[in-house]
Amino acid sequence: MMTRSVDSAATPETPDEASFLRDTVRAFRRNRMAMAGLIFILLLVFCAVFVPWISPHDPYRVALDEQLLPPSTTYWLGTDNFGRDVLTRILYGARISLVVGIVPSLISLLIGTIMGILSGYLGGKTDFVVMRLADMMIAFPSLLLAMVVMYTLGANLLNIFLALALVGWASVARVVRAQTLALREKEFVEAAHANGTSRGRIMFDHIFPNVVPTLIVLFSLSIPEAIMWESSLSFLGVGVQPPAASWGLLVAKGKEYMFQNPSVAISPGVAILLAVLAFNFIGDGLRDALDPSMKD
Amino acid sequence: MTQDTILSVRGLCTDFSGGRGDVRVLDELSFDVGRGRIVGLVGESGSGKSMTALSLMGLVPQPQGRVSARSILLDGKDLSKLGPAGMREIRGRDIAMVFQEPMTSLNPVRKVWEQVGEPLAIHQGLGRRAIRARVLEMFELVGIPEPKTRLDAYPHQLSGGLRQRAMIAMGLICEPKLLIADEPTTALDVTTQAQILRLMRDLRDRVGTSIIMITHDLGIIAEMCDEVNVMYAGQIVEQADVFELFERPAHPYTRGLLASIPRATEPRVSRRMPSIPGMVPNLAKLPEGCRFGPRCGEAMPICQRAPELKPLGPTHASRCWLNCPQEALSQGDAP
Amino acid sequence: MTTDTGSEIVLSTRALTKHFHVGGGFAGRPSRVVRAVDGVTLEIRARETFALVGESGCGKTTLGRVMLRLQEPTSGEIVYDGTELTGLGEGEMRALRKKMQIVFQDPYASLNPRMRIEQILAEPLRSHGYGTPAEIRERCAELLELVGLRTQYLRNYPHQFSGGQRQRIGIARALANKPDFVVCDESVSALDVSIQAQVLNLLADLQDQLKLTYFFITHDLAVVRQFADRVGVMFLGRLVEVGTTEEIFARPLHPYTMLLMAAVPRPDPRARGGERPMMQGEIPSPMALPPGCRFHTRCPFARDICRVEDPALQNHAGHTVACHFPLEN
Repeated sequence: MMTRSVDSAATPETPDEASFLRDTVRAFRRNRMAMAGLIFILLLVFCAVFVPWISPHDPYRVALDEQLLPPSTTYWLGTDNFGRDVLTRILYGARISLVVGIVPSLISLLIGTIMGILSGYLGGKTDFVVMRLADMMIAFPSLLLAMVVMYTLGANLLNIFLALALVGWASVARVVRAQTLALREKEFVEAAHANGTSRGRIMFDHIFPNVVPTLIVLFSLSIPEAIMWESSLSFLGVGVQPPAASWGLLVAKGKEYMFQNPSVAISPGVAILLAVLAFNFIGDGLRDALDPSMKD
Repeated sequence: MTQDTILSVRGLCTDFSGGRGDVRVLDELSFDVGRGRIVGLVGESGSGKSMTALSLMGLVPQPQGRVSARSILLDGKDLSKLGPAGMREIRGRDIAMVFQEPMTSLNPVRKVWEQVGEPLAIHQGLGRRAIRARVLEMFELVGIPEPKTRLDAYPHQLSGGLRQRAMIAMGLICEPKLLIADEPTTALDVTTQAQILRLMRDLRDRVGTSIIMITHDLGIIAEMCDEVNVMYAGQIVEQADVFELFERPAHPYTRGLLASIPRATEPRVSRRMPSIPGMVPNLAKLPEGCRFGPRCGEAMPICQRAPELKPLGPTHASRCWLNCPQEALSQGDAP
Repeated sequence: MTTDTGSEIVLSTRALTKHFHVGGGFAGRPSRVVRAVDGVTLEIRARETFALVGESGCGKTTLGRVMLRLQEPTSGEIVYDGTELTGLGEGEMRALRKKMQIVFQDPYASLNPRMRIEQILAEPLRSHGYGTPAEIRERCAELLELVGLRTQYLRNYPHQFSGGQRQRIGIARALANKPDFVVCDESVSALDVSIQAQVLNLLADLQDQLKLTYFFITHDLAVVRQFADRVGVMFLGRLVEVGTTEEIFARPLHPYTMLLMAAVPRPDPRARGGERPMMQGEIPSPMALPPGCRFHTRCPFARDICRVEDPALQNHAGHTVACHFPLEN
């Protein structure tokens, strides 16, 4: 037997027996911006959940003698046109806005990913049907579609989710399909095909993990979009109804008092901005943490 | 530096700073290019041969990369003392470069003649009509068939070989003192490669262009070059006249490379080819002493110390303790 | 060491054709046909290395894919070990893939960057129900050792390896289910010379040890001469010459073969100078093939009949050639 040419120079150090999840968590924790984003969101969620115990103010109590007060030690961010504490209302609004931002994004991401991968990988008739469906969703005025859903099914949170997901999945599917088409031509996918791996496994093991980074970017982009959609619907009177508070609604109502007390409109705007930034940092951190080549 | 030297490089070093500290990717390169000569830089990936071209052109990515040199004399002018603005004037006028990938080095939405003539517009401020006439001349020089009709073509309408000819025309349009060709035929088929190589040799003979030929292919070196620099892990390990190099290779790395290339002209003796064990070291984790030491079949204790590039004759130098027996003997015993 | 190539045929093709349609679609624009593989008939013998050489665009890669039915042939037959492949259903074909494997060109693109080496090697084993997870793990370690890598690399990711090491991993994956027919598609072309020799030696060792048959697709004539037993030269979708390596290199009969060989730069400065014959012009577009012999537009010896009549592959002085006027030596 001939001697085998064994590689003498060993570059890769053998990593410890860490699981993929633990690698990812470790890589994520090393990213300071992502951790800051995560801490901010966790803090926001905590405050939103426990706001009745944290805040001394009632979000719905009308006090006409305390209209549009500037920020003070009692009202940290001032009061609105009904004399309600802005900070408290923002924290109550976070309950709705965070949920509205995250849940429909997740639903449309889930549907869009499945549709996009099936469409891109299987091609043919599946592709045709899925893409025409997506075209229809994109071509139809989405606000109108959402309003139709809300009118026929009633304006409640569940239906907002439904309406937003119905509007959102199509663009996700398009992006995922384009990525799938590129991935399908990769040699490692061909290799999997060549060694007899089934199409289902190829889609799950090879296509999906390589689409995840894109999904995370789409997710962090779709949260602010969903928050905005919710505020548009609320503004048109088919979304969250006053006196309940959501961030979009707070901005929409507050902008009328821009000159008397800017804090009323700007504060919820800043809340949206910070939350969106935090989600973006988390998204970037996750994307990098999930990429094996970024871990060393 | 003599009258006949167009480029004289002394002590060229390029460092990159990254996440894990500084890495020296080029270490003390010194070589000359004679007027009208073709000088080869040969090495495997990661040897620093392309980085040498970028360093000479002032195209090393900033600010991570830093280039320093005792001197880089181009026809008497020291490039190492020039700032970015000075280098911009040199590029395309005095030194031109031909890249590996002729498709990506041409802008797909602009006509070929506009791109090929661009150096003229930049360095000589010629008008469109004059540029077009000059590009046509260049197309004839580099042997593009039907040159008139090709002027208005877009890059995708040309074949790979024609695109590379256009790139060479662009490189030569300002009559540079030096042409750097970085793997100019690697992306081409052998038959097209043969045509391009012949063109470059012809141009040298007819126009007197001095060329630095960067390649991984010892066959191209043997066909094209007058002198050769063999690079390994950021250093020149052997420097020789091309006949010297192929007939009396001195460095074990060069010998290993020459032994491991399959040859189309010789019948098979054994299916097992001689090979160099191991792989090119990571520049951030270089071995102690000679960089080739861990892969070298002839390593000695003294190889723990870094050898210098020592002349073996008027046209031959090698960076190996084997080639300086006295020193190896006298210092080999030292702890 | 000699390779004992038997006379038994492992895989053969008959008039194998693969056409692609490009362009066209809406608005009635006619689509054009690219004849990537255009009637290829060949036989590959057990335990031999059959090299397929040609320039880019000649259809050699497509032929390799079609032979494994990774792409569906347009027409023709593929017979592997007595079974006609083109009529097989997906399930039957999947089962056969154990025995027919492929090693790709690009060691970077052919390994999924998000999988550990262990997952990459385990995939073909799991797909064919190799055994328990413990048995699969054991086999993965065995495979790494087989290609000369250390078993502790199993938990690493592809990006942690050099090009040569990745190519070894790609080879290990191809060998997971003990195939007997392996297509090597430019498998050493992307590697540095010193690493290329290592990988070729490994392939030679594995062939002896595991009694493999290689269908070795490459553009590198030097590698062909040192590695292959028989050679097929392909030009624009057709085989133009087939014979044993020594026959072909010592006495090329087709002008294309001869010109291709002459174009290879020789690592010997003393060999330069002398005017070598050189091919003129460019390869015709596979969408607009010239009439007659496909090579006549570039052939220095073309005569009238070559412009009209397409020559067939026929036996001539020990090997087969498709030329009206085979070269006399």
